[in-house]
Amino acid sequence: MLAPDSVGRTFAGANSISISQSEIDAFAAVIGETDTSSAPPTFTIRISLDQFQNILTQPEIGLDWSRLVHGDQKFEIFAQVKAGDSLSCSATIESYRVAAGNEIVSVRSDLHRGAELVVSSWSTLVVRA
Amino acid sequence: MTTKIEVGFAIPERVVLIDRQMLKAYADASGDQNPIHQSEEVAVSVGLPNVIAHGMLTMALVGKYVTDWSGGTASVKEFGARFIKPVIVPAGEKVDLTINGTVTEVSGDQIKVDLVATSAGVKVLGMAKAVVIKK
Repeated sequence: MLAPDSVGRTFAGANSISISQSEIDAFAAVIGETDTSSAPPTFTIRISLDQFQNILTQPEIGLDWSRLVHGDQKFEIFAQVKAGDSLSCSATIESYRVAAGNEIVSVRSDLHRGAELVVSSWSTLVVRA
Repeated sequence: MTTKIEVGFAIPERVVLIDRQMLKAYADASGDQNPIHQSEEVAVSVGLPNVIAHGMLTMALVGKYVTDWSGGTASVKEFGARFIKPVIVPAGEKVDLTINGTVTEVSGDQIKVDLVATSAGVKVLGMAKAVVIKK
């Protein structure tokens, strides 16, 4: 169960995530994208899911990552992510409910490059009963 | 030559084939090494019919369909989808991901697109939408 007082809180994640050309290239190659001058639109899930896992599975938050499925996903892209970027990440637990024994958590990830908000994304994560 | 994009415009259908090799490549590229996307034994043990594709791989492939039409990776402003059914990927097989898109709104330079993705005839994404600025 998720700690009730964590809902609505924003957690600081890693503050200097370096984006390399090789990781953009590898992601692009899987989907057949040859233009790697900026990252494909869903590339930042690579960062966000990892940050969510680090934050939400801390003992005081208490999410069980082993029973997790991804319910939905949305991105708002304000600027392109490119090789050489250094991004900081924060995560906000926006809502939490339990339905038929499943825990349903909505989390937002905000990625900044310096003071500039680059990508916000929303993930609904479901911990199955 | 430029064609004026209007509401109702249908982007040509695309069929992408997904196999286990692609799941492994996506796992490595995305960092999502959840074994339900690679091991039949694990997938079945948690109640799935077989290995399933990452929902985010499905979404990435639909994203590629959109950006090929709209003019590259930098053209997407918003992109969202619900993962309603899994794409099931048996060993040694190539399964289809069939993608269609329809323009639902044109406002200034922003174009809203509704997306439909099916595999083996089953709809796998719900509420799939993108907002793009077409180049």
